[in-house]
Amino acid sequence: MGRPVLFILTAVVFAVLAAVPLFLEAYGLGLMIGITGYVILASAWALFSGPTRYVSLATVAFFGIGAYTVAVLGDKLPYPLILVVALAIGLAVALVVGLATLRLAGVYFVVFTFGLAELIRQLITWFEVNVTGTLGRYIFLPLEARHIYWQLLALAALTLLISLWLGKSRFGLALRVIGDDEVAAAHAGINVTGTKLALFALSASIMTLVGAIQAPRWVYIEPSIVFNPTISFLTLIMALLGGPNRLLGPLCGAVPLFLLFEWLSANFPNHYSIILGLLFIAIVFLVPKGVLQLLETSLFRRKAGTPGALRKDRGIEGGHP
Amino acid sequence: MLTSTLVLGLVLGGTYAMAALGLTLQYGVARIMNLAYGEFIITASFATYVLFTALNLNPVVAIALVVPAGFLMSYGIYFIVIRPLAARAKDAASLEIDSILATFGMLFLIQGLLLVSFGSNYTNYSYLNTPVEVFGVVIAANRLLAFVLAIFFGGGLYLVMTRTRWGMAMRAVATQPESAALVGLDINKTARLAFALGGALAALAGVVISMHETFTATGGVVFTMKALVVVILGGVGNLLGALVAGLLLGLIEALVSTYIDPGLTLAATYGIFLLMLLWRPTGIFGRAGSR
Repeated sequence: MGRPVLFILTAVVFAVLAAVPLFLEAYGLGLMIGITGYVILASAWALFSGPTRYVSLATVAFFGIGAYTVAVLGDKLPYPLILVVALAIGLAVALVVGLATLRLAGVYFVVFTFGLAELIRQLITWFEVNVTGTLGRYIFLPLEARHIYWQLLALAALTLLISLWLGKSRFGLALRVIGDDEVAAAHAGINVTGTKLALFALSASIMTLVGAIQAPRWVYIEPSIVFNPTISFLTLIMALLGGPNRLLGPLCGAVPLFLLFEWLSANFPNHYSIILGLLFIAIVFLVPKGVLQLLETSLFRRKAGTPGALRKDRGIEGGHP
Repeated sequence: MLTSTLVLGLVLGGTYAMAALGLTLQYGVARIMNLAYGEFIITASFATYVLFTALNLNPVVAIALVVPAGFLMSYGIYFIVIRPLAARAKDAASLEIDSILATFGMLFLIQGLLLVSFGSNYTNYSYLNTPVEVFGVVIAANRLLAFVLAIFFGGGLYLVMTRTRWGMAMRAVATQPESAALVGLDINKTARLAFALGGALAALAGVVISMHETFTATGGVVFTMKALVVVILGGVGNLLGALVAGLLLGLIEALVSTYIDPGLTLAATYGIFLLMLLWRPTGIFGRAGSR
């Protein structure tokens, strides 16, 4: 397939997707919003964690920051300005976390992101109870489901474009070298910490925007709703299933898993986490590099060592000699 | 006021220290970052609760049942989950990622099992809930017992690790895995034992915590977080460091809770963690550049 054909095909797909709200009922549109949201979250997660192999467990920390900013500022500022403020807060938190942890071994980053959402949730709860005296906020914004969907679709297109650009740019190459061998990267003159920090901030900003855009769907927001750790978990498992090192990997993981989880929570609400946990362990064991790579290697077994296939053996840097 | 805060802080810190000892063994010796560690603690708490309410079994006696069960459970998990991952891992770093992901899945699995069995309510039982006086401070007898148990087992473990050949093997594998193999130590066997021993210590912490605190099926994550912070504060694999850092964390939490606000204890923990990462990422007792 030539480049123009691919371009036209992509444009057609997005045009069809953009027309979806004209045909779907409220429930179907809700599903589409959920799917698009997770496609973006998983792609943004893979943007940073794919090449660098730093396992981030903080997705919901940024998602929640975005959503809660909208809840607080909902009736005080014009909507586009709220998105800018949310973005700025998410970016600032990402920079603080990144500056503290990204110059160290990967495990410090994992440990820090593991508790970040819980920390922010408790801080907001404390602030709301003690300072403002209100826990729980209503969001009244003149936004319908389709407006939210179109915004998410645009953000999804932007995220995929960024991923595509990263795959080809010098910056993306630098990242892959870091993921491959951090010491070699430093010797080749790459600013290791700066590169990782920039990418983490970019990924976190996108996650913050997803939270901010989706917030009006809830109408009523509490810290425990928007800082639900399951969101981090789902994002991670989706990106892993599809394969974080492929442009469309996170998308291929997000769509089927979102539908599966929707069905699970409707039919097996009590056994949801058990099934999730088992599924997650199964993915780590059976498709550690993602479904796309698995398909690729079984379909084109002869073409071993495709250029995009990174060696998995140099993962999180250090921790142990 | 200050004395009572200090005593309460030390008692709290004893529990944190004990919880962190197992994690520092699992991560320092066995090289497994176990994100489901807090779920093992909570499972032991619920087991003690069941033994106490259904069989009227004294929690101190329950230690003799729950701790070996924790050892066996972790040993089994090492065989079923960790060993295949270790076998396919090309180096320590990829094993670390895989074990983080697998134990993250285990976190949700165990949490789900606990939710199905016990629901999401706060659970506790009343054991030795009588006031006793220590240094002029009145605290519940069960808290004092918890502290005594923590010091007894923590100190005992420290002696075993520093005075016995078996403990020396563990420390050798923790500091120099390659050289440990050269002098004839079976690294895999030591790692397996360290992981199981870590599970036994998690179970012990769970029993002790259940004596004096309320717990929920979803509460494991906070224990894992605090234990992780203590492990990094004390230096990974450093038992004495974990003991001291655990007591320190308890003291700081008690001080923040008394003089600032009880809702900010986790923030204080994280604040210390952040400062530590910026100032001395090798831990209180770590040497610069050793890790």
